[in-house]
Amino acid sequence: MTVTIAELRKYIGEVRPDWCPGCGDFGVLNALQRALAELKLEPKDVLIVSGIGCSSNLPGFTTTYGFHGIHGRALPVATAAKLANHKLEVIVTVGDGDGYGIGMGHFIHVMRRNPDITMIVMNNQIYGLTTGQASPTSLKGHKTKSTPYGVIDEPVNPIVLAIAGGATYVARGFSGDPAHLAMLIKNGILHKGFALIDVFSPCVTFNKLNTYDWFRQRIYKLEETGHDPRDIDAAFKKAREFGPKIPIGLFYVTEKPTYHELFEVIKEIPLVAQPFPTVEEARKILEEFL
Amino acid sequence: MHNSLALRIAGAAGDGIESAGEMVIKLCSRNGLHVFAFRGYQSVIRGGHVWYQIRISNEKLLHFGDMFDILITLNKDAIKEDIPWLKEGGIVIYDPNKFQIREEEKVKKFLEYKIPLQDIARKFSTLSVIQNVVAIGAFTYLINLPIEALDEQIKETFSDKSKEIIDMNLNAARAGYEYAKNNFARLAMSFDYSKKKRLTMSGNHALAFGAYRAGCKFYAAYPMTPASSILHWFAEHAPKGKMIVIQPEDEIAVINMTIGAALAGVRAMCGTSGGGFALMSEAVGLAAMTETPVVIVESQRGGPSTGLPTKTEQADVFQVLGAGQGDFPKVIIAPNSVKDCYYTAIEAFNIAERYQLPVIILLDLYLSERIETLDIEEIELDVKIDRGWIVKEGEIKDYKRYLITESGVSPRALPGTPGYMHVVASDEHDEKGNLVSDVLAGLPSMLKIRNAMMEKRMRKLEYVLKDLPPPKLYGPEQAEITIVSWGSTLYTVREAIEMLKQEGIVANALELKYLYPMHAKEIYEILSKAKRTMIVESNYTSQVGRLIRMFTGINIDNKMLRYDGEPITPLQVFEKAIEVVKK
Repeated sequence: MTVTIAELRKYIGEVRPDWCPGCGDFGVLNALQRALAELKLEPKDVLIVSGIGCSSNLPGFTTTYGFHGIHGRALPVATAAKLANHKLEVIVTVGDGDGYGIGMGHFIHVMRRNPDITMIVMNNQIYGLTTGQASPTSLKGHKTKSTPYGVIDEPVNPIVLAIAGGATYVARGFSGDPAHLAMLIKNGILHKGFALIDVFSPCVTFNKLNTYDWFRQRIYKLEETGHDPRDIDAAFKKAREFGPKIPIGLFYVTEKPTYHELFEVIKEIPLVAQPFPTVEEARKILEEFL
Repeated sequence: MHNSLALRIAGAAGDGIESAGEMVIKLCSRNGLHVFAFRGYQSVIRGGHVWYQIRISNEKLLHFGDMFDILITLNKDAIKEDIPWLKEGGIVIYDPNKFQIREEEKVKKFLEYKIPLQDIARKFSTLSVIQNVVAIGAFTYLINLPIEALDEQIKETFSDKSKEIIDMNLNAARAGYEYAKNNFARLAMSFDYSKKKRLTMSGNHALAFGAYRAGCKFYAAYPMTPASSILHWFAEHAPKGKMIVIQPEDEIAVINMTIGAALAGVRAMCGTSGGGFALMSEAVGLAAMTETPVVIVESQRGGPSTGLPTKTEQADVFQVLGAGQGDFPKVIIAPNSVKDCYYTAIEAFNIAERYQLPVIILLDLYLSERIETLDIEEIELDVKIDRGWIVKEGEIKDYKRYLITESGVSPRALPGTPGYMHVVASDEHDEKGNLVSDVLAGLPSMLKIRNAMMEKRMRKLEYVLKDLPPPKLYGPEQAEITIVSWGSTLYTVREAIEMLKQEGIVANALELKYLYPMHAKEIYEILSKAKRTMIVESNYTSQVGRLIRMFTGINIDNKMLRYDGEPITPLQVFEKAIEVVKK
C-alpha cells in the first residue's frame, strides 16, 4: 500500500529533525509516519513516548501527542499512559542505550505485562548524542571513545531477550529499507500486545563499523525464507544468527491477553473517563474503619 | 490531664502480638473509647521482641503513652525490655508456668497477675495464639468492660471463620475473664462505656483513603516499610474503588508510571520510603519540567542507607527538598495527625493539578503506622476537588502547552483531545513545547526563552504559598517558651504543653506543616517575638531547624532531637522544656 504526500504530511511536524545528514533515524521517522498514514490514525489519538538520546527527539518531529521524558524511562511512562487511557495508540521510540542499557530493567519487566504498545528501538550500536561511546549492542572488539582498546563485553541480543521475556511481536528492521520497516511498524501497531521493533539505524558520525554497507552485505529478509514466526524454537534460532548473515523481518508473533485487558475496572470505560467516587461510595469504604 | 490507661502487649514476632493488639483496639474503639496505639517491631518475621502499646481514654488522645499501666507478656524478654517503661505500681500479667520473675529482676514495684495462660488455652486449642485471647479476656475484666463486648468483637474478628474457631476463641476469652474475676481485683480507674463506634485508622490508611476520596485512580509502589500498608490498602480496594494499582520492578518505574498515568489525565500517586525516594529523584524533576501533576508519598524511617528499617525518623527533609537536578517548583507537605493525613491527600492532589507540579507528602513511620480513633464526622466526605486548567476541545485557539501566564500555570490538554497535539519535554522548551536545548542552545533568542520558561515555572511557588494557610501559634500568645514542631510530633508537643501548664509553665507551639514553599515571613514574625525557642525533631542535625534558618535567618536556640528510632515522647519534650526555661 502506498500513501500520498498529502496523507503523509498529516504526521510531519513543524520542527525539522536535527539529526546528522544521513542518520538512520530519518528512515525510522519516515517509516513510522508512513505506517501511521496507512493506518489512518488520527494524530490526536497517538501518543509517542521517548527517552533521551538522538533518536528520542523523534516525537518532536511529528504532529501527534508526545512525551519526551528522561533517559531509559519511556516504557513505564508509556505503560501507565496506556492503562490510564487505553483508547490511545501508544508508541515508544528510543535508542539502544535507552532501551537496552539504562532502561533494561524496565524492558524485561514490561514484556512480562504485555501492554498493547509498540516499541521502536533505533539501534545504532553506539552512544551518538554523547559523541561516541560503546553501547550495550556494540560488538566485541569495537573501538570507541570509551573503549579505545575494543569492547570486551558481550553485546545484548534484544531479539533473544524479547522472545524469552514474553514480547508477543518481535521484529527487526533496517532504516535503509523504510518500506519494509513501515510494514513491520504498521503490523506492530496493529498487533494486540507488546511489539518490539529493533531497527538497525546506522550512526554515520560515530559508528564507522556498523555502516549502511556493513548491514547491506549481511541482512536478508525472514519473509523470503519460509520462516514461521509462530514457531518459538525457529524464532530463537533465527534470533541467534548474527554473523555473515543477519536476518531482519518478523521473528516471532503470538497472542496473549494485553495488560489493560487484565484490569477488570477498565473493561468498559477508560480509566481517564471514569467519574470520581461519590460521597455515598466513599462513605461505604470509610465505614470499613469503624 | 484526662483519665487514660496504657496497655502493652509484648512477645516475639510470630506470637500474634499484632492481631491481639488489633483486637484490643477494636474492642475499645467500638465501646465508646478513644484509642492511640503504636507498635514496636524489628525486621524479622519470627523471633525478636515486639510490642503493641494501646492507650485508651474517654477523651481524644495525643500519644500512646510515655509509660504504660499494664503489661501482658508472653515471654520473659519483656521483663528486661519492657519493665523500664512500666509505671511504678503497674501490673504485669504473665504465665508463671512459662517463666518466673526473680527478685533481682524487679527493678521497680509492680503487681504480678499470674495467669496460667498456656494451661487455660490448651483446654480449647493447641494453637498457642489462643493464649492472647485468654489474656485479653482477663484485661476485659480488669477494665470493667462486660464480657459480652469481647464476645461481639471476637465474632466480628473471626466472622469469616468456622463456628468451631469462633467458639474456641469465645471460650478462651471467657475463661480468661473468669480467671481474672476469681483471682484479681478490678482496676480502680473506670471508663464510661457506650455503643459509640469510632473509626480506627493509621496515618497510611487515612492518607490512602483520602487519595481515593480525591479521585486518585492510579497508585504505584514498590514494597518498602513504612509505606507498604498504603500499597496494601490500595491493592485491596482497587476493584471497589475503581483504581489501578501496580507494583512494578523498582521505584524508578513507580514514579515514571505515575507520571505516565497523570500525563494521560488521571489523578496518580506513588509511595515509598527514603531509599525508594532516592531512586525517584530524577523523575521528580521530570514531573516539574513537563508540568505533570503527581503526588509522591515519602514515609521516612531511620536512615542513612538501610538504617533502621522498622523505626521512625524525620531525616529526609533535605533529601526531598533537594531531590532532582536544577531549580524547579515542588511542594512539600508534612501532615501532623491521622486525620490530617486524610485532608492532606486531598489538598495535595488539588495543589498538584492546580499548579501542575509534583507534591510530596512527607510522613514518617510514627505517623504512618500509629493508630488513632476518629469520630466519623471528623472525616468530611464532601470535599472540594480542583482539577486545575484542563482545556476542552475548541476552548482555545493557538494552543500552547506552556503558555506564559502571570501565575505560571498553562493550559493542560490531555492526549486524545482534538486540536491540541503537542510534545512535552524534559529538555528546556518554548511555549509550544518545542526544544530549545539542542540546536538553539546558547543562541541569543534561546537565552530569552530559557529565562522566561524558568521564571514561569518558578512563579508557581509564589502562588502556591498564597494558597496555603500560614502557620499559627498553638496556645497562648505570650509564653515562656515557644516549641516548634512539624509533622508527626505535633500531638506530642501539645501533650507536653499540657504537662508544662500543670507545672505552671506557659508554653506555646509553632506547628509547621508546609515545609516548602515556606511561610518565611510569618515564621519570622512568630519566632522573632518568642521569649525562648526550642525545636523538636526526630533527627540528628535539626533539619527543619536548619531550613527555618535558611529561609528566615532565625537560629532556634534549643533543640530536642532524637534519632534512636523511637518516637519522641511528651515527657522528653516536657523535661527538655523545663531545662530550657530554668537555664
